[in-house]
Amino acid sequence: MKLIILDHYLEASEWAAKYIRNRIIQFNPGPDKYFTLGLPTGSTPLACYKKLIEYYNNGDLSFKYVKTFNMDEYVGLPRDHPESYHSFMWNNFFKHIDIDPGNTHILDGNAADLQAECDAFEEKIKDAGGIELFVGGIGPDGHIAFNEPGSSLVSRTRVKTLAMDTILANARFFHGDLSKVPTMALTVGVGTVMEAREVMILITGAHKAFALYKAIEEGVSHMWTVSAFQQHPRTIFVCDEDATLELKVKTVKYFKGLMLVHSKLVDPLYSMKEKIEPPKKPYSD
Amino acid sequence: MRGGQDSVRAPVLRFTNCRLLRAGKLLREDLWVREGRILDPEKLFFDEQRLADQQRDCGGCILAPGFIDVQINGGFGVDFSQATEDVGSGVALVAQKILAHGVTSFCPTLVTSPPEVYHKVLPHIPVKRGGPHGAGVLGVHLEGPFISQQKRGAHPEAHLRSFEANAFKDVLATYGCLDNVCILTLAPELDRSHEVIRELTALGIRVSLGHSVADLQMAEKAVQSGATFITHLFNAMLPFHHRDPGIVGLLTSDQVPAGRCVFYGMIADGIHTNPAALRIAHRAHPQGLVLVTDAIPALGLGNGRHTLGQQVVEVDELSAYVAGTTTLCGSIAPMDVCVRNFLEATGCSLESALEAASLHPAQLLGLEECKGTLDFGADADFVLLDDALHVQATYISGELVWQAEVARP
Repeated sequence: MKLIILDHYLEASEWAAKYIRNRIIQFNPGPDKYFTLGLPTGSTPLACYKKLIEYYNNGDLSFKYVKTFNMDEYVGLPRDHPESYHSFMWNNFFKHIDIDPGNTHILDGNAADLQAECDAFEEKIKDAGGIELFVGGIGPDGHIAFNEPGSSLVSRTRVKTLAMDTILANARFFHGDLSKVPTMALTVGVGTVMEAREVMILITGAHKAFALYKAIEEGVSHMWTVSAFQQHPRTIFVCDEDATLELKVKTVKYFKGLMLVHSKLVDPLYSMKEKIEPPKKPYSD
Repeated sequence: MRGGQDSVRAPVLRFTNCRLLRAGKLLREDLWVREGRILDPEKLFFDEQRLADQQRDCGGCILAPGFIDVQINGGFGVDFSQATEDVGSGVALVAQKILAHGVTSFCPTLVTSPPEVYHKVLPHIPVKRGGPHGAGVLGVHLEGPFISQQKRGAHPEAHLRSFEANAFKDVLATYGCLDNVCILTLAPELDRSHEVIRELTALGIRVSLGHSVADLQMAEKAVQSGATFITHLFNAMLPFHHRDPGIVGLLTSDQVPAGRCVFYGMIADGIHTNPAALRIAHRAHPQGLVLVTDAIPALGLGNGRHTLGQQVVEVDELSAYVAGTTTLCGSIAPMDVCVRNFLEATGCSLESALEAASLHPAQLLGLEECKGTLDFGADADFVLLDDALHVQATYISGELVWQAEVARP
């Protein structure tokens, strides 16, 4: 894995946005070659989305040939409810950029047959040629998407009942009223994300520190489902200082030392405005 | 007429780079319009999987619902209370001219007149949708003749009437037809007024209290019978008294039925109401304040002498006097001037000032689902304003109907 450590939340978010930008531009997407992007929701990726919108507004990045697949959606929440993940993606990302609505895919938590909806989602990913880059976050209980502790590490898109930890964490979006928080969700499986060609996990804040420790310094365990990515060939963890608080000093020093080399992933920063052909293969070690 | 397959194919317009007035706040959002109505872009994105067909850059302007004037007696030489040969043209001229003031809907107002005038004029002022031809007519405001002799103001004494004999039947006989009427001002102290108020309210007509010497108790009874508006607060009514606040007391009365709001018109031309009085009313009951022009035919005629019917009027900036005297004879401040004056006099927020000229009059008339708001599904009647609230452009049903002249280099 690559562990990228920045000082604060904003710098970490900006690094992640720059990485996504470079990846899309270097991929050189077109009408017969879409860039497939997996996307998260929640408070962690907000600043990253803001940066991507800024790049679009400046003309440096276009989402015209990008297809997106969101990780999850609540079950039973009306699609236009302000806390649905459809509303989140519309308000925080889609309405500000030039993506074609037909190229966005979010699970429908109000489908008549939920498992059929999940199976269809897996098919859509397959039809799109698989996910090029899956961006995700981590829960305080170490989950990726809604793959709560105990989820199979080879799971596919399915219905999941939310753990109490997750419901408590989400209560703040429902005015602190636990009874209003949905208890079930549709989510991509750990196996689904593992099939992406590259995975980038954003982890910021001291409350995520223990989860990060369990995910990268302990073994692979279905109790901390993000740990599954220890077995993925191409994973990047982007963090701020606070998220590293539970890691060994040795681990942090090693990866901070590597920043000299890893910063080449975002510098030079490419733009769709330039005619220069960026190198096809991004820097990798 | 609307909806179905055709509406799905109709072009979608997106107004960008603007600040929308929505839910009492100015937000950096885009306005999406289709077939003259405001569209929910999230539904368009997820349900229809469509983007906008055309984009309009609003240059960073404030985008507010179009102003609604519920009391305007005429303008540009036209007097709505005159039974001319071509009433329709007169209304159309005013409707077209007030687009420049940001007004997208209005209620032509008729002052106390003999029954012949009402019978002749009213059928020629139908409710009409606005468009490039002019602001929409929401209905007629009848101010009088069932008002107090003592507080008649400039209304002709000879034509004042009462309905003590046959109540509502007298009302119908006087006006002829009430089909095009949406507001009626009367004095509640007149005998049998409560029967009349109830019948008018049942017809959907908003009853307004004005030109009256009613005390607070009488006014409260009128509100309980259905009255919902006060015509030009402070003017033509008993002054506020601490032991009997009169009609003014309705602003803070505890006898108003639950869930009902008493609205009140205010002329904020800087002349008819002292700014301190304006502030007292606004602070006491901000949700009910409705800005009106109460404009007379001299509106828009420019400085100098003008002959209007039997009167000669002298216009000097925003004041109109009976020629050769210092007697004020009506307001001539356009609606956008009233909004700016109101903002300055009360120090209220931009949002409050804009709502007083759009949302509140729409709520008074029960039209807030389609007028006076930028909510999804509402008619796309709006104005573009600069930060000092000068009108830059006026739109009705999403179509540009007036634009400020751009200074040529």
